[in-house]
Amino acid sequence: MVTCVNDALFPETGKSVVRLLRRLGVEVGFPETQTCCGQPMVNTGYLDEAVTVVRTFAKAFDRYDAIVTPSGSCAGSVRHQHGIVARRGGDERLAASSGKVFELSEFLVDVLGVEDVGAYFPHRVTYHPTCHSLRMLRVGDRPLRLLRAVRGIDLAELPAADECCGFGGTFALKNADTSVAMGADKARHVRETGAEVLVAGDNSCLLHIGGLLSRQRSGVKVMHLADVLAGTEGDR
Amino acid sequence: MTFLGMPPFPQAAREALGDTQLRRNLAHATATIRAKRAAVVAEVPEWEDLRRAGAAIKDNTLRRLDEHLLRLERSLTDRGVRVHWARDAAEACEVVGRIARGHGIDEVVKVKSMATQEIGLNEALAAQGVTAWETDLAELVVQLGDDLPSHILVPAIHRNRAEIREIFLSTMEGVGPGLSDEPAELAAAARRHLRRKFLSARMAVSGANFAVADTGTLVVVESEGNGRMCLTLPEILVSVVGIEKVVPTWADLDVFLQLLPRSSTGERMNPYTSTWSGVTPGDGPQEMHVVLLDNGRTRALADEIGRQALRCIRCSACLNVCPVYERTGGHAYGSVYPGPIGAILNPLLKGVGVDAQTDSLPYASSLCGACFDACPVRIDIPEVLVHLRSRVVDARRGPRPRAESVAMKAAAWTLAKSSRLRWAERVSALVGRLGRRRLPGGRRALARLPWPGSAWTDARDLPTPPAESFRRWWRRDERS
Repeated sequence: MVTCVNDALFPETGKSVVRLLRRLGVEVGFPETQTCCGQPMVNTGYLDEAVTVVRTFAKAFDRYDAIVTPSGSCAGSVRHQHGIVARRGGDERLAASSGKVFELSEFLVDVLGVEDVGAYFPHRVTYHPTCHSLRMLRVGDRPLRLLRAVRGIDLAELPAADECCGFGGTFALKNADTSVAMGADKARHVRETGAEVLVAGDNSCLLHIGGLLSRQRSGVKVMHLADVLAGTEGDR
Repeated sequence: MTFLGMPPFPQAAREALGDTQLRRNLAHATATIRAKRAAVVAEVPEWEDLRRAGAAIKDNTLRRLDEHLLRLERSLTDRGVRVHWARDAAEACEVVGRIARGHGIDEVVKVKSMATQEIGLNEALAAQGVTAWETDLAELVVQLGDDLPSHILVPAIHRNRAEIREIFLSTMEGVGPGLSDEPAELAAAARRHLRRKFLSARMAVSGANFAVADTGTLVVVESEGNGRMCLTLPEILVSVVGIEKVVPTWADLDVFLQLLPRSSTGERMNPYTSTWSGVTPGDGPQEMHVVLLDNGRTRALADEIGRQALRCIRCSACLNVCPVYERTGGHAYGSVYPGPIGAILNPLLKGVGVDAQTDSLPYASSLCGACFDACPVRIDIPEVLVHLRSRVVDARRGPRPRAESVAMKAAAWTLAKSSRLRWAERVSALVGRLGRRRLPGGRRALARLPWPGSAWTDARDLPTPPAESFRRWWRRDERS
C-alpha cells in the first residue's frame, strides 16, 4: 500500500520502499486498483463516503498475505478504523485487511528481522516519531534502531519529540491557526538540533512540518524514513 | 455549561493564539504539571492495572446506574440527608436557591465543584439575591477577576502571579499596594479574605468527587483545606452531584484515590480528602441535601461509544498533555469543560447538530492520542472524537449539502476507482508546472492558493505535484 498521498505527491518514497524491500529479498507487488485507506473520510466524520473507499481498498488487497506501507497513520487507519467502517457498511469483509497491515519499520524489524538494511546517508539527521506510529501502532524505537544502523549518519535527538506536529489531516485546514502554532514549535525544535534533514515515517506530517520549514527559509530538508533507508553507498 | 455567545472553536482559537501572555502562562503551567505527573506515575509499577481497574469499576457501575443510584438515595436518606433529583441545570439551580431562600440566606460559601460550574449555579443564585463565594483559590481568582474558568483543576491557569496581584488589589477588601506578587503573600491575602466568609456563612454548596452507594458517603478531594472549611463550619450543606459520580462500595475508592491525585496535581496523595456520611448530631452541618444531577448524562449514556466519557474523574491530565489546549487555552472551548475531555463531553451532554459551537469541538484535535495515554480511566478520547465527528456529519446530512461534504463526496468518488485517481493525478501534474520557488532538496513549491487552499498556503509551502505519480512509474517500470 503506497498510500494516496505518496502516490500523488511523493512517488519517490514509494519507489524507495520497492527498492529497499527488493534489496532485502522481498517479492513486491503493487495492486494497481488500490487508492486510499479512507482515513481522511473517517477522521472528518464521513463514514458513508469511507465505506465506498474502503470497499475498493479491501478488494485491492484481498489476495495478499502482508501489506506494507510507508505510513504509520495509514497503517493505523487500516488496523483500527476499518472495523468502524465495516460496521457502518454492514459488511465485515471491509475489515479483512486489519490484521495483515504493517508499517514499514514494523515489517523490517519484526517480520524480516533486520535493523541494518545496508543504507548509507552521510548527513546530520533528526527523527520525528509521528503520533500514530508512536501511540496508535506503538512502533517504539524501531525506526530509530533502523536509523542508528545507517552508515555515515549523524543522528541528533529531537527535543519534545513525542509532541504532535499539528498536521492532523483535515485539522490542518479546519483549525489552520492552531495547526500552524503547533507546527511552529515543532519546526523550532528541529532547528535547535542543527540537523540538515528531518526524517519521519509519514509524508503527510512532513508535508506540514516541511512546509513550515521551507516557508521560514530554514534550509532544513524533510525526508521519509524509506528514502533514507533505500540509499546505498553506490548511488550517492 | 457553555459560555454564552462563544464562536466556534477555530475562531475562538485564533483569538487566543494571538495572546502572548496567555501562550506563555499556559506553556509554563502545563509543562510544570506534565513533568510532575510523569514523575509520580512512573513510581507506580502497577499503574496500567490501576487504570484498567478504574475503567472497569466505572463501566460496571454505569451498566447498572439506576440500581446504584437508588441504593445511594436510600443510604443517604437513612443517614438524614434530603435527596433531590434534577433533570437539568434549571431544576438543580432551583433546588439550591429554594433551600437558601427557605432559610433566609443571602450568602453561601462554595467548595470547588465542576457540577455547579456546569449548571451556572453562581449566576442563578445571584438572580435570586443569593451571593455565592468561591473558596478555592483559583476559582476565587476567576470570580474576583469577573473571568471565566479555563481549566478543570486550575481554573485560573491562564493567569500569572502578576495578574493575580492586580485582581486582588482591585477587588479584595483590606488589600493595599504593599501586596507583592509572591505566591505566599497572595495566598495569605486570600486566606484573610476567605476566613471572614467561612465564619459568617450559614450555608455551603459543594460537589463531590465520588458518592459511595453502600454507605451514603460523599467524598471531596482537594489541596487547600478551604473545601473542608465549607464542609464543616456552616449549618447547612448542599451537594450537587452528577449521577455518574456514584461508586458501589467504599473499597472502590482505593483505586480512584490512587489514580486521581497523581493524574491531576501530580501528587502522590492530595493534602485533604474529606468524606462525610450524612448528618452527625452536634458535629458539622446539621442539615444536608444532595442534588443528583442528570443534565445530559443519560443522553451521553445512551451513546454506545461515547458513554466511556462518563468514566471521567475530572483530573485534567488530558488537558495538561494536549498540544491544542496548551496553545489555545481553555476559553476557546467555550465551556467549563475544556480540552480533550471537553471536546467530547460537551457534545455528548448537549447533543450534536444543535449549535455550531458544540459541533466544532470534536474537530478541535489533531487526534495525536496523548490524552488517551494520560487518562487514568482509559477514556479513548480519539476514538470518541472520531465517532462524534461522524455524528456531527450525519446530523447535518440533508438536501442542501455544504462545501465540505461536496468536497468529501468528490474525493470519495475519485478514490472509489483507481482509474479516476489516475486521471486526477494527471491533472495535478499539469498544475505542478506552475511552481516557481525551490524547496530545500530541489522540488518546486506552489504559490499561495485561493480559498480553501489558502488555509494551507497562508503559513506553509506546498510542494508541486510531481510530473509522474507512483502508479504511472510502476506501470512504466513493470513494462520495461
